[in-house]
Amino acid sequence: MIRIDDLHKSYGATAAVRGLSLAVGPGRICGLIGPDGAGKTTTMRIVCGLLAPDRGTATVLGRDCTREARAIKSRLGYMPQRFSLYPDLTVAENLRFFADLFAVGRQERARREAELMEFSKLGPFRERRAGRLSGGMKQKLALSCTLIHTPEVLVLDEPTTGVDPVSRREFWRILRDLANRGLALLVSTPYLDEADLCDDIVLMHGGRAIARGTPAEVAAGFPRRLLEVRGPGLSAAIALLRETPVAGTDARRYGDRLHVVYTDQDQAAAVRARLAGLAVEVSPVGPGIEDAFVALLEGAS
Amino acid sequence: MKRVAAIARKELVHIVRDRRSLAVAILMPLAMVLIYGSVIDMELRDLQVGVLDLDRSDASRELVREMTASGFIVEAARLASRAEVEAGFRRGRFRAVLVVPAGYAAGDRTGIQILVDAADAATAATVDNYLQAVVLRAARERLPAAGAPPPPFTARTRIWFNPELASAHFVVPGLVALVMMMICALLTSIAITREKEVGTLEQILTTPVAPAQVILGKALPYVGLGALDAALILAVGRLAFKVPMNGSWLALAAYTLLFIVIALAVGLLISARSSSLRVAMMAAIIVTMLPTMVLSGFVFPIASMPRALQAVCQLMPATHFLVVVRGILLKGQNWYPLQTAILAAMAIVILTLAARSFRLRLE
Amino acid sequence: MSGEAVLARGLTRRFGRFTAVDGIDLAVAPGEIFGFLGANGAGKTTAIRMLCGLLPPTSGEATVAGIPVGRRAVELKQRIGYMSQRFSLYEDLTVRENLEFFGGVYGLSRHRIAARVAALLPYLGLAGTENRLTASLPLGYKQRLALGCALLHEPRVVFLDEPTGGVDPLARRRFWDLIYEQAAAGVTIFVTTHYMDEAEYCGRVSIMVQGRIVALDTPAGLKATTGGRDMQDVFLRLVDR
Repeated sequence: MIRIDDLHKSYGATAAVRGLSLAVGPGRICGLIGPDGAGKTTTMRIVCGLLAPDRGTATVLGRDCTREARAIKSRLGYMPQRFSLYPDLTVAENLRFFADLFAVGRQERARREAELMEFSKLGPFRERRAGRLSGGMKQKLALSCTLIHTPEVLVLDEPTTGVDPVSRREFWRILRDLANRGLALLVSTPYLDEADLCDDIVLMHGGRAIARGTPAEVAAGFPRRLLEVRGPGLSAAIALLRETPVAGTDARRYGDRLHVVYTDQDQAAAVRARLAGLAVEVSPVGPGIEDAFVALLEGAS
Repeated sequence: MKRVAAIARKELVHIVRDRRSLAVAILMPLAMVLIYGSVIDMELRDLQVGVLDLDRSDASRELVREMTASGFIVEAARLASRAEVEAGFRRGRFRAVLVVPAGYAAGDRTGIQILVDAADAATAATVDNYLQAVVLRAARERLPAAGAPPPPFTARTRIWFNPELASAHFVVPGLVALVMMMICALLTSIAITREKEVGTLEQILTTPVAPAQVILGKALPYVGLGALDAALILAVGRLAFKVPMNGSWLALAAYTLLFIVIALAVGLLISARSSSLRVAMMAAIIVTMLPTMVLSGFVFPIASMPRALQAVCQLMPATHFLVVVRGILLKGQNWYPLQTAILAAMAIVILTLAARSFRLRLE
Repeated sequence: MSGEAVLARGLTRRFGRFTAVDGIDLAVAPGEIFGFLGANGAGKTTAIRMLCGLLPPTSGEATVAGIPVGRRAVELKQRIGYMSQRFSLYEDLTVRENLEFFGGVYGLSRHRIAARVAALLPYLGLAGTENRLTASLPLGYKQRLALGCALLHEPRVVFLDEPTGGVDPLARRRFWDLIYEQAAAGVTIFVTTHYMDEAEYCGRVSIMVQGRIVALDTPAGLKATTGGRDMQDVFLRLVDR
């Protein structure tokens, strides 16, 4: 339902997007994952018809995002990164305003509003000013406003940035529910731990996709293996591996444990042997998205 | 002191590096002196006046000649009867009418009338004062031998010290006050609020610097900038409009510094009370620029305002500062006990308020 | 003087009738990396502001780097460093000017500032960028510069407020490598965040809910006691309880 082919966009001398391609089908959540400046927002703005690409195409429901932007708008919902509601209007007034913008009929609006209040649980706060809602509730209201005209495609730019974990989980439940109803969702996030909540992910860096696929596929694309070291002797283990590293391995500390990256079994055995006398437990673990991302970035630079 | 210097140095870099704001801070005052100075100057120079001469004597013709000889007044029309006065005003042929009574040559000088079109109230008073001065001076010079008592001379002092009534001389001191308020109050409040908004203020407060040091350090460069602007305005005033300097530079500097302290205190008060940059800018414009322009006697003479508004004017620091600066420049009087007391009291009250709300906000 | 770098007993702060921090107890050892977690509005920020000497406690007590908070604020601030989530840097100053400015406000001598800046630039991986405007730096560099500004006066305790939000994983790795080095040198690191992936990097974490600390242990310990898969899961289980 969303298709992007070889998209390019520069602002003056800075290239924001450099040859990005992706596709999102109905009922799927596609995550654009990458740090600030990776090109996520630019991509989304092109999909919504707010920016024209320099090269390449973006289509929504088969229509070109730039040339047929008007036709797309009534079938697409976009939630920008910054809270863009009117803080001095109440929850109900904000919803009504967006309904009017999309020319939603009166009966349809009443039905839709009741439905959105129900699933966002904002019903008790109908008369509250938007500026006085908590962070999580603001996000839900912003989402409700983008859903008022029953779009088929949703584009959400970092909807969970700055929102606490409890609200984030609830928000993702709502997104999953929307996907189950057949919507296509393109969601960006700087947080790797949200990758597992998507059906497909595109890891972005420097305007390019450096990896894509299901979260499991991306993690499996990690070319090397991991040993996890933990226990009371962790500091000694870190010092030891720093002073006399095992060739071909790389040790990274994660709080109360150490991840040792290796390629073949001989290296793993050497690491185990070196740490044998210490009060640590060494066990193999599966790589996560973060390990894959770090490895890809190191390979690139 | 080292910490204050560190903050002041950093603030200076901000000012210098923000080229556009710096240009505004330096060019705007210059542009304002040139524009205000010359607009008001030209307006007086081409003052259109109608003449209704009922005496038709040599003396009355001499009076009219005297009036126009200054070059500021143009005889726009010669009227035949009073009926033409209103029509002329309506059509905008002239802004004032000089009526010379029938017995003028015979010694009737109290019958001289000056009719002013007060539709433009702002300049009406100036026009009135100006015409009175010119006409009465001419009348007195013309008829010294008649032995009559000197004519009533209402606006005597003002005209005495500014005989050409050149408005640039009045505008320049007003601009000093306005620009001080703008640079010191507006820019300081913006600088502090911006730092609060970006989050760097919090960072600085986690260091061992005292809030007073932060404020002092941030304010110092703006004091310098304000002083620089004041000097620029005065210099342009002197060179382009020949604004005199009859008093002492030291006195002028001292009073300007006192006014800067007030302006800074106002800026601090605004930044302590406002949560965002937008609010601070709006508040600064409403609290500083508008009253300084409108309610200080800078543009509109206080004497021609309603009584209630006159009282409000007395609450504006700029009102008192203007009296002092005009006095120093034009009269050469260097010491103003009443204004000094009022300005000092204002400085103390506003600074106390600002310091208190600043401390509250930081907690 | 106690041996603890951060010690709080019954630390409480009320705003009117609202109790933002409700009698928290903490003991963080020198060289520890301590994660201070909680949802938005749980009272984390208020607690940190008290520990940094920005806000006096209503009751209870705390010492940071051996100095009781609330009384000797200037002395306290001399011994701590603070890095905020927004990397509070001056964007129109160069890298060197930012470092020198913070050296100035900490009252360091000119000589010491020069020596510290010279030592920190290569350590932070910022050598070669010293004359660039901060605004032109990539986010990861800004983050390391902000850390440098907080480390300039060699504090004993460093407070990091959501330090790695929005930076790429490689930059985050580099950042945490610096943090681990500081901790190894005996500097106490106190991290506040509500991003659980940041919590994974900490040695011990506490979780705050409605002004109280409801759990305090190593990430592994918390996963074991709550049965959570990762810190996100642990957090949700504790907060929902």
